[in-house]
Amino acid sequence: MNTIFLLISLTTIASAIAAMSLRNLVHCVLCLTLTFIGIALTYLQLSSQFIGFAQVMIYVGAVSILIIFALLMTRSGHELTLREWRPMHWVWGTLITLGLLACLGLSITGSSVSGKIASPEKSESVKALGQALMQEYLLPLEAMALLLTVALIGAALVALPASHHAPASKGSNE
Amino acid sequence: MMMTSALLPYLLFSACLFCIGLAGVMMRRNVILILAGIELMLNAANINFVAFWRFHPGAEEVSGLIMVLFALAIAAAEAAVGLALVISLFRHFRTTNPEQMEQEVIS
Repeated sequence: MNTIFLLISLTTIASAIAAMSLRNLVHCVLCLTLTFIGIALTYLQLSSQFIGFAQVMIYVGAVSILIIFALLMTRSGHELTLREWRPMHWVWGTLITLGLLACLGLSITGSSVSGKIASPEKSESVKALGQALMQEYLLPLEAMALLLTVALIGAALVALPASHHAPASKGSNE
Repeated sequence: MMMTSALLPYLLFSACLFCIGLAGVMMRRNVILILAGIELMLNAANINFVAFWRFHPGAEEVSGLIMVLFALAIAAAEAAVGLALVISLFRHFRTTNPEQMEQEVIS
């Protein structure tokens, strides 16, 4: 395990914990952005540059801004002072999380897969990726394009105010 | 005893991120942060895919990366639709707390 990966992973885990536990919601989203940047750095560390830059563009660039927009649009003022402390929730949540972490950790360290694999020098080639997308995975790619279009139109429709829906439906009925 | 392979730290790292996201989903009382926790869990799964691709012996195999690309696109679509739903819910209930929404539905 090298030092760079250790630094990246510790920073990422610390910022993820901060993103899930801070009280101010804007701070939470900023820490979440730092977590996404750390995950992109992990992809670069794993020598897959294209995925790393796609992660930076999609998550750091788009999803974080979307979450900040939604946060600022749904602000009601009393959220900062709202008490979220529910002891039973925290006890059960911590128990389930620690149990899952123990199960995952034990099974990862105990599995034969992670011990036997050698580490060949490998680097992603964007050419091979593009050829695979255009030949072998062409149909899933088109389905993905359709899904993104439908999701975009659906998100705009769902987020429209109700007053925009009513005149249109009335007009179509008449 | 424990073998130090290059794959192991990445798997443990992604397991930690997944558990943090799960804890956020279970403990926070804000719909937007619950969505953020789901995004964190999706990212942890993606790290696993890339790590297994990186330490797989086959030279020309790219299916792990393709899987991650599709997961990224689906996660982006999910975030857009989810946040639009949150905004629509907020317009109806004037809150982003799921328990208050539930109480308003019951009462």
